[in-house]
Amino acid sequence: MTSISEDSDKEKVRSVSVDLNNDASLVIDIPDALCERDKVKFTIHIKTTLSSFQKSEFSVPRQHEDFIWLHDTIVETEEYAGLIIPPAPPKPDFEGPREKMHKLGEGESSMTKEEYAKMKQELEAEYLAVFKKTVQVHEVFLQRLSSHPMFRKDRNFQIFLEYDQDLTVRRKNAKEMFGGFFKNMVKSADEVLISGVKEVDEFFEQEKIFLLDYSSKIKDATAKAEKMTRSHKNVADDYNHISGAMNSIAADNNTAFKKTISVCVLQKLEDRVASDQELKLTELLRYYTRDIQAAKDLLYRRARALADYENSNKTLDKARLKGKDIAQAEENQKQCLRKFDKLSESGKKELTSFKARRVVAFRKNLIEMTELEIKHAKNSMSLLQGSIEILNSN
Amino acid sequence: MSGGCGRNPPPFPDNEDQEAELDTRVLDSDEDDDDEGEDIFTGARSKPITPTSAPDEGDIFSEEGSYIRSDVHHATNGLHSDEELDLFTEATVELTLTNTTSQGRREIIGPTASACNTTHVPNSILKPSIVTKTMEELEEEESGDQFELNIAVTNPEKIGDGMNAYMSYKVSTQTTLPMFLNKTFSVRRRFSDFLGLYEKISAKHSLLGCIIPPPPQKSVVGMTKVKVGKEDSSSAEFVEKRRAALERYLQRVVAHPSLLQDPDVREFLERDELPRAVNTQALSGPGLLKMINRASDAVNKMTIKMNESDNWFESKLQEVENEEQLLRRLHAAVDSLVNHRKELCINTAVFSKSVAMLGSVEENSALSRALSQLAEVEDKMEQLHQQQAFSDFFILAELLADYVRLLGAVRCCFEQRMKVWQRLQEAQSTLQKKREAEAKLLWANKPEKLQQAKDDINEWESKVSQYERDFERVTCTVRKEVLRFEKEKARDFKQHIVKYLESLLHTQHRLVKCWEAFLPEAKAIA
Repeated sequence: MTSISEDSDKEKVRSVSVDLNNDASLVIDIPDALCERDKVKFTIHIKTTLSSFQKSEFSVPRQHEDFIWLHDTIVETEEYAGLIIPPAPPKPDFEGPREKMHKLGEGESSMTKEEYAKMKQELEAEYLAVFKKTVQVHEVFLQRLSSHPMFRKDRNFQIFLEYDQDLTVRRKNAKEMFGGFFKNMVKSADEVLISGVKEVDEFFEQEKIFLLDYSSKIKDATAKAEKMTRSHKNVADDYNHISGAMNSIAADNNTAFKKTISVCVLQKLEDRVASDQELKLTELLRYYTRDIQAAKDLLYRRARALADYENSNKTLDKARLKGKDIAQAEENQKQCLRKFDKLSESGKKELTSFKARRVVAFRKNLIEMTELEIKHAKNSMSLLQGSIEILNSN
Repeated sequence: MSGGCGRNPPPFPDNEDQEAELDTRVLDSDEDDDDEGEDIFTGARSKPITPTSAPDEGDIFSEEGSYIRSDVHHATNGLHSDEELDLFTEATVELTLTNTTSQGRREIIGPTASACNTTHVPNSILKPSIVTKTMEELEEEESGDQFELNIAVTNPEKIGDGMNAYMSYKVSTQTTLPMFLNKTFSVRRRFSDFLGLYEKISAKHSLLGCIIPPPPQKSVVGMTKVKVGKEDSSSAEFVEKRRAALERYLQRVVAHPSLLQDPDVREFLERDELPRAVNTQALSGPGLLKMINRASDAVNKMTIKMNESDNWFESKLQEVENEEQLLRRLHAAVDSLVNHRKELCINTAVFSKSVAMLGSVEENSALSRALSQLAEVEDKMEQLHQQQAFSDFFILAELLADYVRLLGAVRCCFEQRMKVWQRLQEAQSTLQKKREAEAKLLWANKPEKLQQAKDDINEWESKVSQYERDFERVTCTVRKEVLRFEKEKARDFKQHIVKYLESLLHTQHRLVKCWEAFLPEAKAIA
C-alpha cells in the first residue's frame, strides 16, 4: 500500500512502521536528544510547506511527558474516535545501564584497569543502545501523526510542534490523571460487556475475534522474545569474563590463550550484535502489541457507540410510549446513529490499512534481522577460521 | 558379568530404526568381555555417537592444519553410518617403553559420547582431535620402539538396586605392547576400583616424586540419584560426565611412563575380577585415617622451611600455585557460560513455541507461513545452543577442572620432596647426636658401651647416605616430572582450544545455514 523508501540510513532504523515521512509537506524527525539525569530532552526538527505553520523549518525541545500529553489529548478528542490512535511511546528506561553503572562504581577498586575500562565501554554502548531505541520510538509516534491525513491537522499537534515555550502548563494535573485512571478501569469493565454486544457487521465481527486472539498471542511472544535476548546477552557477558580471566593466565607466551582471548572478545561482540538483531524482532513485537491494543480500542469505541445507539433506540421507544420528549429522543437517536456510522466507516478503513501496514513491517523487519544474523555469523566464522589456522600452524 | 538391563541412552529420535538394530548387537556382544575385538567398537557404537568427526580424524591424520570442515558437516539429525566408527581412533596414546624424559606421548582425551539426554541429543558431538607427531617430535624421540595403547571407558551399566547399586563401566584396551596377554581385551570396573588403583599407585610412586593423576571426584549426591533410580536427564548427564572423566583419568595414567610399568595398572586393565577396594569409602576407617594424615601433612607443610640450593623449586612451586588460582577463576567463568547457554536454550525453545502460536493466528497466509518457519528456525537454534553448551562443558570446563586438580597433584609432588628432605635432616641430626654420644663415652671411658655407640653411628651414617641419595633422586624426578607435565599441559590446552574454536565455528556455520534457508520465506511475505 505504501512504497518503502530505502534511501536514507534512517529509514533502516524505522522498521516498525513504514509509511512515514513520504509526504514532504510535513517532515518530522528527532536528530538529537539530551539526557539529563532522569529526564530526556528530545530536539524535534520540523520541515514543512504547510501554511498552517508560521515557519517552514524549525526545531523545538520536548520532554517525554509532552508526548504523553499529546497522545492523551488526541485519545480524548471525540472526532478521532473512529481512528486508530498511534500508541504512546513508552517511558525511556535507563534502568539497565544505571544498574550496571552502579555496579561498576562499587567494584572499581577490585578490578584491574583493563577490566574497568572494558566494562565502562560496554556500559556506554548499552546506554547508547537504550538511548537510540527511545529516540526512535518517539520519532515514530510523531511521524505516524504527521503522515495521517486527520491527525496532522490536529490543533494540539500543531501546538506541540510550534509552541516555543515549555508545555508544562498543559500537562495533566493530578486530578486529571486520576480521572484517566478511573476511565481506564471503566473501560476494561465495559470491554467485557461490549464483547457481548451483538455485532451486525461481518467485517467487524471477524476483526474482533482476530484482534482479541492476536493481541494475547503477540503479548506472549514479546515477553518470551525479551527473555531470550536477555539470555543471549548473558552469554555474551560471560565471554567477556572468560577473556578477562584468560588475560591473567596468558603470562607465558602461550599463543593458544592469546588467540582465544581475541576470539572471545570478538565472539562477545558478535553475540552482542546477534542479540541486538533479536532485539529488533522484540522491538517489532513490542510495537505491534501496542498497536494492536490501539486497534482494539477503536473497536471498543465503535462497540460503545453501537451500545449507545441501541440505548437511544430504547429511549426513543419509551419516549414514544410515554408521549414525552419524543423530539429530543429522536434527535439523540439520529446523532447516535450518525456517530456509529461514522465510526464504522472510518474504522473499516483504518483497520484495513492497519493490516497491510503490519504485514509490510513484519516483512521488512524479518528480512533485515535475517540478513544481519547471516552477516555476523559469517564474520564470526572467518575470524574463527583464521584463529584455528594460526593455532594449527604453530 | 551379569547386569541389569543395560542402561543405554534412549535412542536418538530420528534414528530409531538404526538404533534398534544396533541395540540388539550390543546385548549379544556384551555376554563375554574378553577378546571382543571388533565387537567392542560396534557395541560402543550403539550409543548415538555421531561420527561426524570421523572425517576429521582423517584430516588430522594427514597432518593438514587447515580446517576443511565446511562440507563435512551436514545439518542432519542422523548418525552417519557410512564409516565404521572405530571407538579407539580418538583414543590413541603412543608411547615409548624407555623411561626417558622425552615426549612421544600424547595426552588424548577419548570420545565424549553423547550424554544420555532424553530429548535433544546433539547431532554431532565434537570430540577432541588427535594431534599426530610433527616431524620434530619424531626426531626428538629417543630410541625405543613405538607401541600403541588405546583405552576407552564405555557402556555404563547399573548393577543391583537401591542403595547397594553401583555403576559398572567397561574398560577396553587395545594395545601392541608385549607385556599384556592379549592385543585387545576389556574388563568391567566400578568407580571404587578406579579409586583403589589411585591409592595403590599413589602409595608406591608419590614418594618418588611422580605426579600422580588424580581420579575423578566422588559425588554422594550424584551417585545417590543414580542409585535411587531416577531416570532423568541430570542423572544421565552425571553418568556421562563420570564416564568421560574416568576415561581421561586412565589415559593420563598410562601416558606416564613409569606408571604404565606398574603391575597394578596392568592388573587393573587385564584382570577379570578385581578384589573390592574397600578403603576408598569416604566414611570408612581407612578413609578417616587418610583424612587425619592429610591434615597433619598440611600442618607439616607449613612448618617446613627448606634450605634451597636451587631457586628453581621455590619459584616453580609459586608458579604452580598462582596458576591453580587463575585456572579456578577461569573455570568459574566457563561454568557460568555453560549455565547461561543452557538458559538460552530453554528460553529459545519457549519463544519458538510462542512464535508458532502467533503464526497460527495470523490471518495473512504468507506472513503466517513465515512465522511458523521462524518458529522452526528458533527450534533449530535451540538445538545449536544445546550442542554448544555441550562443547563448552566437555571441551573447556572439564579440561579446566582436570587441570586445577592436576596442579594440586603437582603441588603434592613438591611436598613429597620436602618430606624426603625433612627425613634427611632428621637423620643427619640423629647421626650428629650419636656422634656426640660416642664422644661422651670416650671421654667417660666406658669401653663396653663404645661398641654399641660405634654400631649406632655406622647405622646412621649409612641411613644418612641413603637418604641423601633418595633426596637427590626425588629432586631429579620432580624436575623431570614437572617439565614433562608442562609440555603435556601446553599441548593439551592447545588441542582443546583448537577443538573448542572448531565447535564454535561449526555452530556459526549451522546458524548461517538456518537463516539462509529462512530468508526466502521472509522475502515471500506479501
